[in-house]
Amino acid sequence: MALQTIWAQKLKSFFSLIGVLIGVTFLIAVVSIVQGMNVYVESAVTDEVGGVNSFQLRQRPNFTGGDVDEAQWRSWFRRPRISYEDSEYLRERMTVPATFANYCADRVTLEYDGRRASDIELRGTEESYFDLKAYELDAGRVFVRQEVRTGSPVVLLGFEVASRLFEGEDPLGKSVKIAGIPYRVIGVVESQGTLFGMSQDKFAIMPYSAPGRRLICPLNVMDELMIRPDNPQQLDAAVGEVEALMRARRQLKPDEANNFTIETADEALEFWDKISTVLFTALPLLVGISLVVGGIVIMNIMLMAVSERTREIGIRKAIGAKRGDILSQFVVEAATLSVTGAGIGILAGLGLAFVVKALTPFPAAVAPWSIGLGVTLGILVGVVAGVYPAIRASRLDPITALRAE
Amino acid sequence: MQPDIIRIEGLERRYDMGGEIIHALRGVSLTISRNEYVAIMGPSGSGKSTMMNVLGCLDTPDAGSYWLNGQEVSQLTDDALARVRNKEIGFVFQTFNLLPRASALHNVELPLVYAGVSASGRSERARQALDRVGLGDRMHHRPNELSGGQRQRVAIARALVNDPSILLADEPTGNLDSNTSEEIMAVFAELHRLGQTVIMVTHEPDIAEHAERVVTLRDGRVESDRLNQESAA
Ligand SMILES: Nc1ncnc2c1ncn2[C@@H]1O[C@H](COP(=O)(O)OP(=O)(O)OP(=O)(O)O)[C@@H](O)[C@H]1O
Ligand SMILES: [Mg+2]
Repeated sequence: MALQTIWAQKLKSFFSLIGVLIGVTFLIAVVSIVQGMNVYVESAVTDEVGGVNSFQLRQRPNFTGGDVDEAQWRSWFRRPRISYEDSEYLRERMTVPATFANYCADRVTLEYDGRRASDIELRGTEESYFDLKAYELDAGRVFVRQEVRTGSPVVLLGFEVASRLFEGEDPLGKSVKIAGIPYRVIGVVESQGTLFGMSQDKFAIMPYSAPGRRLICPLNVMDELMIRPDNPQQLDAAVGEVEALMRARRQLKPDEANNFTIETADEALEFWDKISTVLFTALPLLVGISLVVGGIVIMNIMLMAVSERTREIGIRKAIGAKRGDILSQFVVEAATLSVTGAGIGILAGLGLAFVVKALTPFPAAVAPWSIGLGVTLGILVGVVAGVYPAIRASRLDPITALRAE
Repeated sequence: MQPDIIRIEGLERRYDMGGEIIHALRGVSLTISRNEYVAIMGPSGSGKSTMMNVLGCLDTPDAGSYWLNGQEVSQLTDDALARVRNKEIGFVFQTFNLLPRASALHNVELPLVYAGVSASGRSERARQALDRVGLGDRMHHRPNELSGGQRQRVAIARALVNDPSILLADEPTGNLDSNTSEEIMAVFAELHRLGQTVIMVTHEPDIAEHAERVVTLRDGRVESDRLNQESAA
């Protein structure tokens, strides 16, 4: 019956639906998008840093909040870069047992037999890198200490690079060219899949000392030194030790700031945390506002329904409807409206989230709790908005109501 | 004599029209027995509708007493009155007062909904009530798909569906032509023959002819109360 009445008043019902609908759509879409971005940023950052248990010693931060001014940039670039000697120095003196990997990277083009793979990240590093990144191989082997020491022209290919250059041919032992220099392919890294639409397999890894290392880093320096304490519990101790050793090595006075950056996954995520905290604080506010607006719209619709349907209320009371009967009729109608609104809102919110997913690299991680919250809020708003008009309607005297026209 | 089903004493009803007090009822006393068929007559504005509304528990008097089936009605709570309207009273209006968007069947079922009858019981009893008024073949029509006479029959079926103690009708033929009026009167006569107590307001003497007893109001008071010759004979 509630549905019938609502259907009969399509247009008005439609407008009152809109309020709740927008609120719920908003809630679900924003939660999904923010969560999706969270998942994205977290895995991207964690991946970049080399896992939650590792950290990097760098000349300047890799992840910065947008609020960096030019003076700050300039001061970062004036800092000394991390050198091979820094790396040796730390390895010799660190007391916390740890794994280290020098690391440098830049975009290059690879060639094989006339085929080209461009925009490939060429990484120069050492054998421990494979352990730090937990890379498994599809074929071949990783390079060894000896090859790093002698700077052998060997390379491991990312899955996509291998399949693009070799198209089914066995890449092992073949020679690829990077900027004219030939490298022997010794392994293929297992596919890392896509991270939110972007292939994670467009890279090649060579010893940092291999010929052509100048393509990615000036002589004797690196982008970063990756460090992972063997015992994850000692992450903080290791960070502290690296900081102290570097300050000592660079002879910084106690009141001088670090002229290097130590970046942990947590730190890199901090900037993102700030943004998502703002979003998550603003979110309930925005959703609250749109639901209140929706509620007011519903309440007005229901009040209108009451005065327009006074005669109906009179008829119902004349044939024996109690106050409670009228009340529940109106509450049910309001609830039906808002639940329908919430339902459509869920679909619209999901739709919006998927549109965002399709158009941006961000995944839309739909949070089940946001759907639950949407439905709960929708019903709540509807019932609250329905109760007041319903109470007014139920108090009417039957004959007064019947005379209304 | 049959036991009293309705007894009113000194019933008064005033309307305050912005300072001016209108006395619609100025002390009406009346007794109606079970299975009586009473017509209420009187000039326009004499208080007929006001009295019917009080009898139908749609309105409350300002003074006086009203016993329905021996129960003092003016003392009842809102919900108890709703129960009385639902179970004891069947009210037929001049303007039918059907729910426009509901089918005839649903309109007739509605009192049963409020009586708490189960869905299957409702539909069966509503069908029977519609059959009794000769509308068994129109039950899925909406009011606007029915003629005036048919609408009034739906209203009568709705009034009867809960087996009320009294059937109250305020000018039930007021919106109908004379042929249709006669059909409705035939329905009332049949209901009365089967034992239904009927109280009906009318302007028209030939409609009043159908009743056994005619009460005439004037200016909020009972002017005359007589038995119809035919029925008396
Ligand atoms: N809601 C109201 N507010 C103010 N005055 C009213 C109201 N209802 C009725 N009255 C007045 O009370 C008096 C009796 O009205 P009532 O409707 O009972 O007359 P009636 O006998 O049914 O007349 P009619 O034959 O025209 O239907 C009239 O003077 C009318 O104007
Ligand atoms: Mg009248």
